[in-house]
Amino acid sequence: MSGRILIADDEPNILISLEYLMKRQGYEVLVARDGQEALDQLRAHRPQLVLLDVMMPRKSGFEVCSELRADEAIRDTLVLMLTAKGRDTDVAKGLGVGADAYMTKPFSTKELAQKVAELLAAGRKAA
Amino acid sequence: MLSPTLVLVLSFGYLLLLFAVAGWADRRAAAGRSVIGNAWVYALSIAVYCTAWTYFGSVGRAASGGVWFLPIYLGPTLAMLVAWVVLRKMVRTARAQHVTSIADFIASRYGKSPALAGLVSLITVVGIVPYIALQLKAVASAYQVLTVPLATAVPAPGPWWSDGTFYVALALAGFTMVFGTRHLDATERHEGMVAAIAFESLVKLVAFLAVGAAVTWWLFDGPADLFARALADPALAPLLRLEQGQRFPFAQWFALTLLAMLSVLLLPRQFQVMVVENVDERHIRRAAWAFPAYLLLINLFVLPIALAGLMHFQGRPVQADTFVLSLPLDLGWQGLALLAFVGGLSAATGMVIVEAIAVSTMVCNDLVMPLLLRWARVARRAELTGLLLAVRRGAILVVLLLGYAYYHLAGEAYALVGIGLISFAAVAQFAPALLLGLYWKGATRLGAMAGLSAGFAMWVYTLMLPSIGKSGWWETDFVAEGPWGLALLKPEQLLGLTLLDPLTHSLFWSLLLNVGLFVGLSLSRAPGAAEASQALLFVDAGRGAAQGQPVFWRGQAQVADLQALLARFLGPARANRLLAEHAASRGLAADLPLPADAQTVQFAEQQLAGAIGSASARVVVSKVVQEESLGLDDVLRILDEASQLRRYSQELEAQRQRLEQATAQLRAANERLESLDRLKDDFMSSVTHELRTPLTSIRALAELMVDDADMPAVQRQEFLRIVVAETERLSRLVNQVLDMAKIESGHAEWHDSELDVAAVLRQAVHSFQETLRERGTELRLSLPVAGQRPLIRADEDRLVQVLLNLLSNAAKFAPAGKGRIDVRLQVAPGALTVEVQDNGPGVPAAQRELIFEKFRQGGGDAHRPQGTGLGLPISRRIVEHFGGQLFLRADSGQGACFAFTLPFSDNPTPAPPEATAGAKGDFP
Repeated sequence: MSGRILIADDEPNILISLEYLMKRQGYEVLVARDGQEALDQLRAHRPQLVLLDVMMPRKSGFEVCSELRADEAIRDTLVLMLTAKGRDTDVAKGLGVGADAYMTKPFSTKELAQKVAELLAAGRKAA
Repeated sequence: MLSPTLVLVLSFGYLLLLFAVAGWADRRAAAGRSVIGNAWVYALSIAVYCTAWTYFGSVGRAASGGVWFLPIYLGPTLAMLVAWVVLRKMVRTARAQHVTSIADFIASRYGKSPALAGLVSLITVVGIVPYIALQLKAVASAYQVLTVPLATAVPAPGPWWSDGTFYVALALAGFTMVFGTRHLDATERHEGMVAAIAFESLVKLVAFLAVGAAVTWWLFDGPADLFARALADPALAPLLRLEQGQRFPFAQWFALTLLAMLSVLLLPRQFQVMVVENVDERHIRRAAWAFPAYLLLINLFVLPIALAGLMHFQGRPVQADTFVLSLPLDLGWQGLALLAFVGGLSAATGMVIVEAIAVSTMVCNDLVMPLLLRWARVARRAELTGLLLAVRRGAILVVLLLGYAYYHLAGEAYALVGIGLISFAAVAQFAPALLLGLYWKGATRLGAMAGLSAGFAMWVYTLMLPSIGKSGWWETDFVAEGPWGLALLKPEQLLGLTLLDPLTHSLFWSLLLNVGLFVGLSLSRAPGAAEASQALLFVDAGRGAAQGQPVFWRGQAQVADLQALLARFLGPARANRLLAEHAASRGLAADLPLPADAQTVQFAEQQLAGAIGSASARVVVSKVVQEESLGLDDVLRILDEASQLRRYSQELEAQRQRLEQATAQLRAANERLESLDRLKDDFMSSVTHELRTPLTSIRALAELMVDDADMPAVQRQEFLRIVVAETERLSRLVNQVLDMAKIESGHAEWHDSELDVAAVLRQAVHSFQETLRERGTELRLSLPVAGQRPLIRADEDRLVQVLLNLLSNAAKFAPAGKGRIDVRLQVAPGALTVEVQDNGPGVPAAQRELIFEKFRQGGGDAHRPQGTGLGLPISRRIVEHFGGQLFLRADSGQGACFAFTLPFSDNPTPAPPEATAGAKGDFP
């Protein structure tokens, strides 16, 4: 499997674990520590998928997702949202701004890897 | 002496001016911008009460009787000031019942009785004739004064066709017809007429005041001079005393005042302008004082003019009635004399116009039409408006001709005032039936009929006939000797009552019989159904909306018949419009037919009453529908239902309001709950988020290590280190969350003791110093001079917790290698302050308040894993629990300085110096 994945999270230790996980799966990994950095990375390197944390400084995950979907160039990026918030309203909000999938922390590494593979295989459906 | 042509031209010119004013007002009303919707216009229109009597008669009366001209004006003043509520009730009732005249009002009150309507109309016509004659006489003599040299003998009037006054009467009749009978429906406002009347009230006031002022200040040197000279004259001084040689002066004064009080309400012209022409009942309040003020002004100079005239014309045979004209004329003030003439003409024509219109409406609706409608040929005519107008015009002409006839036959024998009072006494007969009927539900039609008839008959016998008899036209001595020589029946001294003057005598007997029969017969028999229902509507007027009023009618009707009936009297276009408005007011859709129920019938009848009077309306409607006669029980039942309905709708309204209030309260409470909920949710979600974050790393790294047995050892070591660190972070977090929760909910345990803060500081600093040494950070403690041992009552462990929190924060942000932390203790009266200062990067302005919020951390990511974001909030809570304040000092150079105050046991903490950007304040 190959693909370029961006990981956006402000917690350094989570970033470390996710990076290791994705690299082990064989993907090329980019990292971002806040919302703005995430958008910059998206526009510069066009990853196929982004693991997007919701609670981030400068721009939240919701905002990043909205802007992403509004931007022609990166509109088709697959978005998998990760957050410690698991209320129904947050899930609905995430899917509402255009996330393709939503997982709550703490997650199972196996499930996360599986989900990423599914998404990449299916590709972005027509909006 | 002036040329007749000039006077005639001026007169006609003035009448045309009045006409123009009326036309202008009518046009404005048609354009929707009415000029009479104004309380001042209303008040001025009531001043039509002051007629040529005021101009000429009062002065004449004052000249012979001194202050005895006053009761005629005191009466209305009292009536308006005290009884304006009665007037208001009359207005409300009249509006609701579509009443168009006083006969209509009385007849409507007693069950819409045609007989009563006819009787009242008859009494009015007969009673008002002397009053009209008075106006004609006044105009005639005024004309004489202006055009004939003073003090020449006035020739006796010749046959009527050569009498100028006859033509004056005709001219006035024509004028009135044009004024008031252009269109039919009497419920429409006579806007033009009211405007013209208000205008002429102004004119007559101004003219009279002008003459009075001129006489007082030009002829004499002011009022003091005038009265002084009058008092000095033995012939005139008696005029200024209250009693004038009558027997029982106070009885007479009382009678006159009472008469005037009643007449201001009951004269047809007064009823017309005050009740029928009223557009807004709120105007009544203004009129209640404005009209008395007008009366005061116009009467101000009556006595001065009378006295001046008497003094000026001493010895010369000039009639006192004419002083207003003759004085200026004799003094050569021709312009002023003309102005006074115009004023007098104004007063006379105003009265005649309104009175004639009111009386003609009454005659047409209540006397002539009911008779005509019985005549089948008339009743079958398709269109009746033309007939009605013709009847009214005819009535105007007849009334004016009758007035002339009375003037011609009897006018010479009496001074003007005497004639006027006769009319007052006639309309006073309406008082019991009308006023008592407005407040007493038990008054019956029979009582009213009997009272009115008896009172009227007595009036004719004791006042009207003698006036004709004394004029000499009727050769008879029945006044002096009694009919057929019976002394006890002498008209002016009935039953031997010789103590009173003719007027008071007549008033006494007529009102006695009137009231006696009225009350007696009303009490002897209960009212019938029709009277009872009308009585309820009249007496309870003003309570409840017109919609809620009970409808006393039962039967069947066809709307088409009602529509045809309305069209016959009001014209088809108007009839359709009225029915459509009625349907709309009942909330029916435009295309649904109007139900032929009691409400519709009542509506149609009320609209007709506006055109032909309530009695006639009753007659024609009853012919068109099939009615069932109502018994008294039915009336009571309908009334009961109506009042129940009214109660229910009131309760419903109150309930709706309560419901609205409750809903508003609920909404507010809900919002508050939601915001609290949100706060709680925010906190909970923050806590879960904070707890889940380290758990995520722990789980993920652990799983990675489990899945990959071949992970390099270095990597594994690194991961395990992280796991341990995150576990520690997690437990710190859990502890602090619990701590925070305990403190906030009040469940924390506090072990207070007397503490020596300096000692506590020393110990904390000492234990911390070890950790700091590793990082190369210097820590210094400065304490106040020995000798001050401040004691604080607090929990030692908690205090240490606060100190350690501040110290660890300082240490976190101190630059590596050259970090420096200063701890200072300062003692002030009432409280002490502890400061922890570091030389780190300081706190940016945007974060100064943020850092005290839960789960917020200053600095960057590097400090994240160690911090929980709860340290400062907890410290603040603890300090606040001790009665102090924890804050960040305003920028003081490099680094951050956190300080907290602690009050001594008794004193509350003084407010901290500004914690925001600003001058650094030294602690006092």
